[in-house]
Amino acid sequence: MANADRIAGSDVFRPNLTGRHATGRFWQTAFLGATTVGILGLILLMLNIVNNAFGLVAYADGEDYLKYSPIPVEQLATSDLVVLLTNELSTGAINKLNAEQPLDTRSRSDLLALVFERILDREVVASSTLAEAVFNRQAFEADALAKNPDARFVFKSWVTTDFLTVPMSSQALFAGVRTAILGSLMLIGLTIAIALPIGTGAAIYLQEYADKSLINRIIETNIYNLAGVPSIVYGMLGLAVFVRVLEPLTSGAMFGATDTNGRTILSAALTMALLVLPVIIVNAQEALKAVPDSLRQAAYGVGATRWQTIWHHVLPQAIPGVLTGSILAVSRAIGETAPLIVIGASTFITADPSGPFSGFTALPIQIYNWTVQPQAEFRNLAGAAILVLLVLLLTLNASAIILRNRLSARRAN
Amino acid sequence: MSNTPTLQKTIMTDSTRLKPLTTNAGTASEPSETAIAANHINIFYGAFKAIADVSMAVEARKITAIIGPSGCGKSTMLRAFNRMNDFVPTARVEGEILLHGQNLYAPGVDPVEVRRRVGMVFQKPNPFPKSIYDNIAWAARLNGYRGDMDKLVEESLRAAALWDEVKDKLKQSGLSLSGGQQQRLCIARTIAIRPEIILMDEPCSALDPIATIKIEELMQELKQRYTIIIVTHNMQQAARVSDRTAMMMLTEDGKRSGTLIEFDDTNVIFTRPKDKRTEDYVSGRFG
Repeated sequence: MANADRIAGSDVFRPNLTGRHATGRFWQTAFLGATTVGILGLILLMLNIVNNAFGLVAYADGEDYLKYSPIPVEQLATSDLVVLLTNELSTGAINKLNAEQPLDTRSRSDLLALVFERILDREVVASSTLAEAVFNRQAFEADALAKNPDARFVFKSWVTTDFLTVPMSSQALFAGVRTAILGSLMLIGLTIAIALPIGTGAAIYLQEYADKSLINRIIETNIYNLAGVPSIVYGMLGLAVFVRVLEPLTSGAMFGATDTNGRTILSAALTMALLVLPVIIVNAQEALKAVPDSLRQAAYGVGATRWQTIWHHVLPQAIPGVLTGSILAVSRAIGETAPLIVIGASTFITADPSGPFSGFTALPIQIYNWTVQPQAEFRNLAGAAILVLLVLLLTLNASAIILRNRLSARRAN
Repeated sequence: MSNTPTLQKTIMTDSTRLKPLTTNAGTASEPSETAIAANHINIFYGAFKAIADVSMAVEARKITAIIGPSGCGKSTMLRAFNRMNDFVPTARVEGEILLHGQNLYAPGVDPVEVRRRVGMVFQKPNPFPKSIYDNIAWAARLNGYRGDMDKLVEESLRAAALWDEVKDKLKQSGLSLSGGQQQRLCIARTIAIRPEIILMDEPCSALDPIATIKIEELMQELKQRYTIIIVTHNMQQAARVSDRTAMMMLTEDGKRSGTLIEFDDTNVIFTRPKDKRTEDYVSGRFG
């Protein structure tokens, strides 16, 4: 009887189940709200980028095509376009173009773009966002026609294959991000090549070799703290050390390179490597910690040395985690702008980077450079470049995940 | 073929329980010879003394069981025999472990070499995430084995009574085996490097009764050639498989160090122990 009373909770236990469930529901709703805020933020971000990367463009030619051709240049034969360019441009300009790619092997759209840019002086009169183009088209068109009665309108996606493959230009209509993409890719490749071995090595030492002495604990804590140092501080360090002090090395002067300074891809990569190193070390240490101790003991138990245990068992088991962590860290570095600005990446450069000792620009620099221009069309360009940067980032992250899954799958069987 | 009689022997021994196994084993006539001995061993974890003054001489080609309540330092003591405690940063060992008269803790002794001569089987089966073949070949190659690897793998797997079950899938991962098979693979891996002593740290605690019996039979086979020290929580197991039993317990001085309170033939420990605490423990009144 006493037992039954206790279960019913008549006097000792207060009935509170309803209240407990209510508390649970409250927190569940709160967490759902937090998730929703995050998702809304992401949606807004994407909308904003897309809004900028597409839109209506009003353009006009500075020169009348009738001066050069009886029919609109779009209707000229490809060979006539080459003739037109050869006649109208200076010999120097033609030689330069031919050096990049001979005119008669270029595509029709490429040649047309050259004609518009160099001969007809085609320029943007006004440029709209996607929202404006959809909801406020009349006002935009009236505005543009008021500025230039000859303005013609076209709905333009600013992300095109041309945008990816042509170098920079001061004319928004003909600007591209090829140099920036190449710069970013080379920078990131070099950063991985520098930071991955050093970071993994340091993590192996700290996790597998170092004892838990006071000094080692201080070192470890400081590495964790370094992960939180603002990136611009690394920029200052890179400027002082890699660009200035180590200029003979980073400019390539030691290896016979001439007419460059220390503001090279190598300097930037070294700075970026320093920036991501703490994160790589922390991630790699976590991956090593996740390798079960029983595996190490199994190896030691059959007379393996510490190095054999690490090399044959611990590292293969940890490598998916190490790689994923490193790629995620490096992909953060792709978007870093501040340190690149501090060490002096070029904002306007039309030549492809030729190697670690060449000057360069990178996607975030390009985006930054375009957003500070006063004309609306450069914001469109920035939006397009952001899309490219995001795709690059997602590709890198996806490759990290694929790599991890493949390596784990190989371990499993 | 030879499995069935061994099984009967084991079960019979269990039911009669008092007869020492050595009398059944057929090799009992040999004079007892010490394979490995602990000499006044103290083990510290930082300031904490985990093992206080343990001395025991382990006889060659016999199974010695270490029993005792949880936390009395059985595993710590076992790991002293092949210097596995070296990996615990704060651990410190005083005293001597003599392997055929040579002190394993003497300066200049390489712990890696010690672990080849004193192999170990762990509580949880821990095969390498490699193929069954490579589990054995890796350990052997590591230690400089230059002979016929296929032959060694087969011999080791046969010795661990696993060959018939895995001979057609040597390329499969060791992790694809059942728990009991994994543990026998770990034993095969250990004997492939020809140790003098095999340490077993509760090798059956993660296994079901059938797998446990297989491991126990295997131990009877192995003791023809190897000296085995086994830590077990299971007193029936100690009584079934061991020739000698070491009873460990916490000291009563309040420092909670583990120490050896009685070490004798298994039948003596389980029938007429000299120490009251041993009697209480083996009769289930304590622990």
